[in-house]
Formats: sequence, structure tokens, C-alpha cells
Amino acid sequence: MDKIKKKECKVIVKSENCKGCYLCVEFCKPGALKVSKNLNKMGYYYVEPNEEKSCNGCTACAIVCPDLVIEVYGE
Amino acid sequence: MKLKNEWPKHYKREVITHYCPGCGHGVVHRIVAELLEEMDLGKKTIGVNPAGCAVLAYKYFDFDMIEAAHGRGTALATGIKRSRPDLFVLSYQGDGDLAAIGTAETIHSASRGELFTVIFINNAVYGMTGGQMAPTTLKGQKTTTSPDGRNPKYEGYPLHITDIVATFPGVAYAERVAIKSPASIIKAKKAIKNAFQTQVDGLGYSIIEVLSACPTNWKMSPVDSMKWINDVLEKEFPLGVLTDKRKGNS
Repeated sequence: MDKIKKKECKVIVKSENCKGCYLCVEFCKPGALKVSKNLNKMGYYYVEPNEEKSCNGCTACAIVCPDLVIEVYGE
Repeated sequence: MKLKNEWPKHYKREVITHYCPGCGHGVVHRIVAELLEEMDLGKKTIGVNPAGCAVLAYKYFDFDMIEAAHGRGTALATGIKRSRPDLFVLSYQGDGDLAAIGTAETIHSASRGELFTVIFINNAVYGMTGGQMAPTTLKGQKTTTSPDGRNPKYEGYPLHITDIVATFPGVAYAERVAIKSPASIIKAKKAIKNAFQTQVDGLGYSIIEVLSACPTNWKMSPVDSMKWINDVLEKEFPLGVLTDKRKGNS
């Protein structure tokens, strides 16, 4: 059997608009998002992609985000 | 790779809302904007704004909106829908607006069976004014005006206004949904779509109650408030379809 081709997915967070509710971090099953150590202009610790884990393109983060700061790219 | 979640056409681009972190309003706004785009209704929609946290919703939506006096959203929507029956009319209200000062308008517009859709955001407190007790506040829930918890002996019981209007013959579709997880948000979108379709088909009044988080006034983190909706708020306000008089369901 052929190996299942790994899906290429990417998540982008518009960090300047993030208000730091961390619902996306809570509901991301693969753990592809994490809380940054830096503050954005509004004074929130924003969310950023976690380089150690890969996104599976489920868009759960984008569905729960109240501020539409997450863009999910996939096939 | 392509973008999986396109920005909704009827939501203004790159807007930063005034809502607190974790507020359910942002999610419901997005759902409404997405559905109006999917159902191709955006160009003939008139929205009615409430007084409350969503008072500035006209700044975020990219369709025509009118600001109603406090609680009078459904009265204004009645006027719009009766003078222009070809338009799609949407009244977006919170629990302080719809279930407290606007109870008369809500009850009578529903009993007349007006042909518009109401989106009712229930967060069990008065959000904008600083977390005072609302008619929908739960028994024992602490707010700034019920610091020892709501005592039914003095303050009465939570008001189930959607259950009341669902018993009226003119109400074609009523459902209660929650914003607590990705799955429940997808269900909420389906419910709002059914309500919009009810209005497009001219079947009667449609109302969707959305249990939505208010982390600031509940004094919880957004993640904890999602759990609180699931564990506490839903027990008082059970989710599900309350009435459905569409074809094949009545």
C-alpha cells in the first residue's frame, strides 16, 4: 500500500488583532497553536503557530475565533 | 494550498471589534455574515441593532442597519418588514434588550407572527452596563446587583422567553443553541440558516436563542466560560428545537 500522503496545511494568525482569549489553543487538537511570550499593540499575549506541531487543516481554531484573526490554508 | 476560511463578504475587513476577549458576539456576527453571503441575501437585508453590547454592530456588518431604541428592535423590524415585505429583516438583540425592557415588543411581535428573524444573544447578565442581574440570570448566580447570588424569594426565577414565544401559533421556528465549542458553533450556524430560510419562505416569526459567553462579567477565563455554558447554563436553558412549523416538521 502506498503511504498516505501527508496533507500540507498552514495556519496564519494576524497577531495584531488577537485579543488573547486562547479558545483556539484550547480547541486545536494537534496543538499547532501556542501563546506567544510577546505582547501585541493592544497589550495581549497573542497566539502564534507552534512550530513543533503541524496543523491538520481542521479549521476548528478559525471557527471558535471571535475576532477572525486566524487563516487556515490547506488542500 | 488555498485559504479554507474566506473572510465573509458582509463583514467589514480588518475590523477590530470592541467586544471583550472570548465574547460570543464575534462568532455570531461571523455566522450571520457568512450565511447572508451563502444565501445571497446581503443586498436586500436590513438589520436592526439593539442597545447593549451589540450596539455598534453596524460598524462591523457590511449591510444596511438601523439602531433601535432600547428594547424596541422587534417593533422597528415590524415596521420595516410591513412597509417593505420584499426585504430580509433581521433583529439582533441581547437578553437585556429582548427579555427585559423589550418584553412587550418581543411577545406581541411573536404573537402577531411577524415575518422576520430574531437573533437573541443570552449571556445571563447585563453585559454592557457592567454585569448586573438580568431576567435570565440563573438562581444563585452572583452579579454586581445580586452579590449573594440570585435569590428566587426576592428576585424571582430566570425568564425563559424563547420557550414562551415558541408556544405561539405565529412562531414558525424557534431553537436554542450555544457557542461553546467548534461543533456547537456549526450547529448554531445550521439553526440560524433554518431561521433565515423560514423568513425567506414567509412561514412566520423565527427566533434563535444563542447561549453566549460573557467572560468579563462572569469573572472567568474564556475557556472556563465555555465550560460553564456546558455545565451550568445549559442545565437551566436546554438546547434544541423548541418549535418547527416548516413543511414536513409541523
